[in-house]
Amino acid sequence: MSEIKEIIMHSDKIHTDEYLVNMGPQHPSTHGVLRLLVRLEGEIVHNIQPHVGYIHSGIEKMCEAISYPQVIHLTDRMDYLSAHMNNEAVALCIENALQVEVPERVKYIRTIMDELSRLASHQLWWCVMGMDLGALTTFFYGLRDREHILDIFEETCGARMTLNYSVPGGVMFDIHPNFQKRVKDFIKEFRKKLPEYDELLTGNVIFQERTKNIGYLSLEDAIAWGVTGPSGRGSGFSCDVRKHQPYSAYPLVQFEEKLDTKGDTFTRYRLRIEEMHESLHIIEQLIDNIPEGDFAVKMKGVVKLPEGEFYQRVETARGEFGVYIVSDGKKNPYRVKFRSPGFSNLFALNKMAAGHKIADLVAIMSTLDLVIPDIDR
Amino acid sequence: MTNEELQAYLAGEFSNAEVKQGKQYIEMLVRAADLHETAVQLKMAPVLSFDYLFCLSGVDYPDTMQVVYHLESVTHRHIVVLKVNTADRVDPLLDSVSDVWQTAKYHEREVYDLLGVKFNNHKDLRRLFLDDTWGFPLRKDYKDEVRIVER
Amino acid sequence: MGFNIYDFSGMTHNMHLWFSERMSPTATTIVEWTIIGVSYMLFVALFGLFLVYAERKVCAAFQQRLGPTRVGFWGLLQTIADFIKLLMKELIMPKSADRFLYNLAPFIVMIATFLAMAVLPFAKGLQTLDFDIGIFYVTAVSSVGVIGILLAGWSSNNKYSLIGAMRSGAQILSYELSVSLSLVTIIILAGSMQLSVIVESQRDSWFLFKGHIPSLIAFVIFLIAGTAETNRGPFDLAEAESELTAGFHTEYSGIKFAFFFLAEYINMFIVSAMAVTVFLGGWMPLHFGSFESFNVVMDFIPPLVWFFMKVLGVIFLIMWFKWTFPRLRVDQILTLEWKYLLPINLINIILMSLVVLTKFHL
Repeated sequence: MSEIKEIIMHSDKIHTDEYLVNMGPQHPSTHGVLRLLVRLEGEIVHNIQPHVGYIHSGIEKMCEAISYPQVIHLTDRMDYLSAHMNNEAVALCIENALQVEVPERVKYIRTIMDELSRLASHQLWWCVMGMDLGALTTFFYGLRDREHILDIFEETCGARMTLNYSVPGGVMFDIHPNFQKRVKDFIKEFRKKLPEYDELLTGNVIFQERTKNIGYLSLEDAIAWGVTGPSGRGSGFSCDVRKHQPYSAYPLVQFEEKLDTKGDTFTRYRLRIEEMHESLHIIEQLIDNIPEGDFAVKMKGVVKLPEGEFYQRVETARGEFGVYIVSDGKKNPYRVKFRSPGFSNLFALNKMAAGHKIADLVAIMSTLDLVIPDIDR
Repeated sequence: MTNEELQAYLAGEFSNAEVKQGKQYIEMLVRAADLHETAVQLKMAPVLSFDYLFCLSGVDYPDTMQVVYHLESVTHRHIVVLKVNTADRVDPLLDSVSDVWQTAKYHEREVYDLLGVKFNNHKDLRRLFLDDTWGFPLRKDYKDEVRIVER
Repeated sequence: MGFNIYDFSGMTHNMHLWFSERMSPTATTIVEWTIIGVSYMLFVALFGLFLVYAERKVCAAFQQRLGPTRVGFWGLLQTIADFIKLLMKELIMPKSADRFLYNLAPFIVMIATFLAMAVLPFAKGLQTLDFDIGIFYVTAVSSVGVIGILLAGWSSNNKYSLIGAMRSGAQILSYELSVSLSLVTIIILAGSMQLSVIVESQRDSWFLFKGHIPSLIAFVIFLIAGTAETNRGPFDLAEAESELTAGFHTEYSGIKFAFFFLAEYINMFIVSAMAVTVFLGGWMPLHFGSFESFNVVMDFIPPLVWFFMKVLGVIFLIMWFKWTFPRLRVDQILTLEWKYLLPINLINIILMSLVVLTKFHL
């Protein structure tokens, strides 16, 4: 008895060992080949050290050897879920550098495709979020709706994921005659399906218990770590490039930048769901008013950028994507740097998840919506 | 503050720096020795408050190694591009700004990994993507006979 | 050897006599044991495979897809094909695993499952062991399984397995309480722990209806705690695949993995069978007090059919949990047990005692 008393009295001196667990490179919830070196005490996460580079493909190096239009084709291999936004970023950057004014029609088409990509990306994120939390059924609900968007993509440009649709000066082909009808059908259909998402996951008591007040990220931290996209906006960081430096047809449409200051996992989740509603709203404003005209301006056979530096920011589904091109006037870029949203978002993970349980780490990682090739490039 | 005012203000405030209007943003070239001090001022001065580092890239120019910081102020919404050069190609060394903007910690690791620019006072300067034995692939003099085919 | 689908006691008795006439008592016992053993093994294998198939079909229905359709009619042979695949797979053991314990663990889990099945009354007279402490026995042996899980996690020498095993240990030990206490509620009502007696006393009305609200509460708690005890549904923390890859059986492959897999499904069957026996009248048909003609029609359906219909109903409910709920976190799972289920259970026992004392029950 006295022994037990002693143990209880000196319980602060009982030393439990921390241990290291390698989550990944092959782990179901890292969604790719990401390795997190997690320092655990029992179930509690003390420290997370991300190790990246398992699918580093040297895209920035490759860009230096290829021509500008070819750079676009590499960009959709980075964040394959917002491929069109990445394509558009490079196309816009080249157009800005050459001071080419693209036709209104192109702007409309690009913006609609942007928002469709964003929807498709958020749908996939939603299914995976549910799956990470153990609700496997969400996966099929999300993919069911995503399929419609991918079909529209396929009809428009022949590809489902790696679109390559934007080219310098416009888009590669004109939209399919069916495009408007199919998009409108999809919006009508998806407006009915979105409440199902709330019924299945958002309203679930277990889900709310699992996500509320978990993974708090303060506004200061969000800015300091450069956490953008819905993840940053969940902390109140107004970082929507579509609002602050509008491009394509975004100046023409009405939409809200969804912001919240709670900064927990549930808020980040909720903002993405709300963003889906906003995306539908944006597409609705544009789809009936696509102006007639050319789908691309005639560009020279060899695109050469004037000497200098050019930067273009766009808002992808994950956050702010930037292209930094340094040109020396030749036909291939001198240096290309991609500022990928996932890269900055990932490294704020330690800030959010330290002190929580392993299960929370998985939930927090889900709400960051990481795409690993986007981080590794 | 309008763009011109900002440019004038920056030129006045940082006399050692070269401030000019670039193609898109105001560009500011500082000496390597002033980098950290300038970074702190850019972030802390209330009229500037460049608190959001949205891009950090390294560029290997023929005669210098350059590190480029794209900064934005969340409150004022103005943007400045901070540049710093180092002529030393063998052992390029700059001050780290990871204590000013946390996100720089990993961006600097990336620059170190791909260009070999080292950063003073960086807590954890290791390679990020590549193997320790790898060269610095984004340098223009990088040679890889196996993987890069010269045409 | 008369065969009566409504009462198997005559058949088993005749069989015993038939063997005794022809053999020495020892040989009779051995032959009878063998028959029982073989039939249980066949049952576990076949019913386990069927449950896996059912789970896949049910899950497919929840997820708006078809499930297996290719192998055999409606994909009926799919699980058998899977089982053959598992049988032929290489058994891989981690280099630094504790060989003895690693090999032992799946058997302990399997043995615990078989032990618990011994007392289940499938139909009148179709029960291997009829203890007077039947319920006590089931709760006792079903917690032996956790030793197998702990051993599996420990001996695999894998941190994920260890975390999974520890979670499983904490979870099963706590939910054991709720399972037992909700059963105690019914024991108070039934006045016996013998399963055959419990079934027999539900002849006119099932305990779920007999005990009014207290037994309803006990039933709900039993279902929740039972699901947790089988490591299923929203309580599958021990093998949470998005966190721990596969938890305690991460390192197992081939037939040893199949043992864990099969044991999980058979445990689900046992929990459902206990729920049916204790709350839903076991193999007793559904009777309504004065509807004589209705009761006669219900009596016409054989007890075995009744039993399996009810069991499959409860199993469907447990599957429903799994395919709609997200997983709980480990601290939430313990909070649920110790802060909610346990106090409710204790109050419920008092309520039930009052009901029994005041002879309020039907």
